[in-house]
Amino acid sequence: MSSKSSTRRILGPFNRVEGDLEVQVEVEDGVIVKAWVNSPLFRGFEQILHGKDPIDALVYTPRICGICSVSQSVAAAQALAASMDITPCPNGELATNLILAAENLADHLTHFYLFFMPDFARESYSKKAWFNDTHERFKAQTGKAARQVLPARASFLHLTGILAGKWPHSLAIQPGGTTRPIEAQEKVRLLTTISAFRLFLEEVLFDDKLEQVASLSSENELKIWQEQHPDSDFARFLNIADDLKLSEIGGASDRFLSYGAYKTNNEHLFNSGVWQQHTQTLNPDEITEDISHSWLNVQNEPKHPYFGITIPGELNNTGYSWCKSPRLNNQVVEVGAISRQMVDGHKLIRDLVSNSGANVRNRIIARLLELALVVPVMEEWAKKLQPKEVFCLHSKIPDEAQGAGMIEAARGSLGHWVRIKNGRILNYQIIAPTTWNFSPRDADDKPGALELALQNTYVGEDKNASVIIQHIIRSFDPCMVCTVH
Amino acid sequence: MKEAFNILWLQSGGCGGCSMSVLNAEQPDFFNMLQLNNINMLWHPSFSEASGEEFLSLIKSIEEGDTRLDALCIEGSLMRGPNGTGHFHILAGSGRPMIDVVEGLTKKAKYTIAVGSCAAFGGITMSGPNPGDACGLQYEGKYAGALLDKNWSSSGELPVINIAGCPTHPNWVTETIAQLAMGDLHSSDLDTYNRPRSYTDHLVHHGCPRNEYYEYKASAEQASDQGCMMENMGCLGTQAHADCNTRLWNGEGSCLRGGYACINCTAAGFEEPGHSFTQTPKIAGIPIGLPTDMPKAWFVALSSLAKAATPKRLKINATSDHIRVPPNQKTEKDGQS
Repeated sequence: MSSKSSTRRILGPFNRVEGDLEVQVEVEDGVIVKAWVNSPLFRGFEQILHGKDPIDALVYTPRICGICSVSQSVAAAQALAASMDITPCPNGELATNLILAAENLADHLTHFYLFFMPDFARESYSKKAWFNDTHERFKAQTGKAARQVLPARASFLHLTGILAGKWPHSLAIQPGGTTRPIEAQEKVRLLTTISAFRLFLEEVLFDDKLEQVASLSSENELKIWQEQHPDSDFARFLNIADDLKLSEIGGASDRFLSYGAYKTNNEHLFNSGVWQQHTQTLNPDEITEDISHSWLNVQNEPKHPYFGITIPGELNNTGYSWCKSPRLNNQVVEVGAISRQMVDGHKLIRDLVSNSGANVRNRIIARLLELALVVPVMEEWAKKLQPKEVFCLHSKIPDEAQGAGMIEAARGSLGHWVRIKNGRILNYQIIAPTTWNFSPRDADDKPGALELALQNTYVGEDKNASVIIQHIIRSFDPCMVCTVH
Repeated sequence: MKEAFNILWLQSGGCGGCSMSVLNAEQPDFFNMLQLNNINMLWHPSFSEASGEEFLSLIKSIEEGDTRLDALCIEGSLMRGPNGTGHFHILAGSGRPMIDVVEGLTKKAKYTIAVGSCAAFGGITMSGPNPGDACGLQYEGKYAGALLDKNWSSSGELPVINIAGCPTHPNWVTETIAQLAMGDLHSSDLDTYNRPRSYTDHLVHHGCPRNEYYEYKASAEQASDQGCMMENMGCLGTQAHADCNTRLWNGEGSCLRGGYACINCTAAGFEEPGHSFTQTPKIAGIPIGLPTDMPKAWFVALSSLAKAATPKRLKINATSDHIRVPPNQKTEKDGQS
C-alpha cells in the first residue's frame, strides 16, 4: 500500500442540487477507494413538530423542502389520514395525484435541463465533437434550452395554481382530499395545461409521441430510437452518454425500493416493492434508521421511524453528517425513478439494468421515461374529475393514534411516521429519498448508496472536483434540504 | 453600456422554495428578466455552473475586493447553533460556518436582500424550540437585531431589504432586484419591517374572490366550503400585508383561491401563531384577530348587522363545496327595470 499515493480530498459545495453537500474522497492512483458523504446543514423539523397540533404538520412539513414541497404535503396528509382511519374521496385522490405529478414531473424537467445537462457544457469538454451543440443548448443560464424550458415549466405549474392555490407550499392537500373543488370549465383548463406540456415534451425533449417513448422495451429499441430522433434533447443526452460511457459509472447496490406511486382506488400506478434480482414485497416494519455515523445523540440502536429520535449531538469523530442511515432489513437500497420503474417492471429499465446496473445513464433515462409515462395518465385523471361531487371528506384526528404516509416523490421513497398522544404530536419522523441515497455509513460500516456509487471511480489527479464525480452525484438528483430537515 | 449589476445568491437554513418560486416567473422568465435588466448573477446555488473550488474562489475574490458585489441575496435562516458556533451549517468545502461567510459578505455588498421569511425574520426554521438557534439577517422574529445589528445598514445606505413570504412571489423578488439595479429603491419604499412596500402596502384580503361572503359574514365551516374563512378557518387575509389576490400565483392561484387560509407568511413570527393555523381563535364567539385598522366595536356591530342581512344564497353556498344557489336573474316579472 505504501507505494501507492493516497490522498484525501474534501469537495464541495456541489450546486445544482437542492441544499448544501460536501463529499470527501480518498484517492489512490487516481481511483476513489472510499467516499464519505456529508450533509452539512441541520434544521431540526422533528423537534419543531413535537407537541404541535397534528393538523399543523400540513403547514410545517411542506416547508422542509421547496422543490418537493407537495410530496411532503401528500406524505403528511396520508400519515394523518392513516391515523384517522379514512381514505380520501375519489375527486380528492385524483386532484392530489395531479398536483403531485405536476411537481414530480416539473422536478424531473428541472433536473435534466438546469441541474444535470449544464455539466456537459463545461470547458473541460471543449474538445468533444458534441461540445458546440451542447454548449449552445445547455450552458448554465445562457443555454437556449433553458429559455424554452422555463416558460414551459411555469405554464405547466399553472395546474397547481388552479388545484392547489400555488406552488411551492400549498395547504390544499388534506387527509380527506383537497380544499379546491373545481368547476367544469376549470377541468377544461387543467386538461389544456397538461396537453400544452405534452406538446412541449413531444417537440423539444423527445421529438416523438410520448406513447412511443413510453413503449420502448429494450436497450436495442432505445438505440434505434436514438438514431431516428437526433434532434431531440433525449437523443442528445444518449449520444453524450455513449461517448463518455456514462453507463459504466455510478453503480451502487442495485437493490431498489419503491413505496408505490399515485394511488387511486387503493391501487398504485407504479407498484410498491423491493427489487433485488427479483421483485419482493415491501415490509415497512423492516425500515430502520441508524445514527452511528451521524452527529446525533440519544438513540442507541437502529430504530423504526415510529420510535426514532433526532436530537443533535457532538461534532465528534465517529460522525460525519447530519443525515441518518436508513436501512431496509439492514441493507442499503437505492430510491428514485429508476427504482420505481425497476419495481414496477418497465421493460426498458429492466433491460438496461440487467445489462449495466443502475448507473449515471440509466438513472437519467428512467426520469425522462417517467415524463413520457405520467403525462398521458394525468390527462386521464383530469378527465375523471367530477365537478359538483365532493373533493374533501371530513373527520376528526383522534387524541391517540399513529399513522404512516409512504409515498413516492420525484427523487424516490418518502415516508412520514406520526404518533399522536393527548391530541398532540408525540413523535414525527421523516425519511426523505435522499436520506436513503446519501446516507452515511451504518453501524456495520456499510456505506450509503452514493458512497458506493463513488467507489472505484477513476478521477485522475485533478485537484478540483472531477466532473465525473459531479455527474455521479447529480445522477441521483439529490435534495439535501429534505435529507437533513 | 452601463456595467452589469452583480448579484450573489446564497442559501442557508431554509428549504430552497424561494429559488424554486422565482423560477415560476413569467413574461419574462427569470433568466430573461436578469438579462433584460442588465443583472449579472455571479452565482446561484440552483443554476450556476461553478461548483466546489470555482465557487470558493469567487467568494474569496469578493471578500478581497477583486469582484464587485452589488447585491447579496440570502435565502434561508441563519443557523447560529449549537452554542453560537454556527456549526449547524458549515459551508461545504470551506470548513467555515455559513454565518461567518454571510456576515463578511454583507460588509462587501452594496445592498443585502433577505429572500423569504426565513432570511428576513427566522421563519419556519425558528418554530417550536428553535432547535438550530436560527434567526433572520437583521430580525429575530419581530425583534430588530439578529445576525446584524438593528442599526446596521449596507454601503448603499439601506438596511437588509426583507422580501418576506413563505415562499416569496417570483415578482416580489425580480421587481425589487430590478428596482435596486435601476437605483430606484429608497428607504421610503420599505415598511416598518423593511419589506418592500410595493407589495406590503396591500392586504391579502384585497381581491379575495370570497369578499361577498366576508361582507355578509357567511362563513366556511370546513375545508372545501366556499364561504369566508376568517371566522372559523384561521384565515388572516384581512391582516396580512401582501398582494397575493391581486398579483396571483402560478397563473390564477393564491392561498384563498386554493380554498385554504392565509397564514400571514409575510409577517415576522408567523410560524408560531399560538394556536392551530387553520382554526380561528375566538373569545365569546368573536375572532381575536380583527381586520387591520378596524375598531372592535364597529366590527362587532357591522358583523351582527351583516349576519342578519345575509342573503339565503350566500348562507347556503358558504357551507357548500360548490355554488348551489346562483345569483338571481332579474326578469320583467319582478317588476324591476
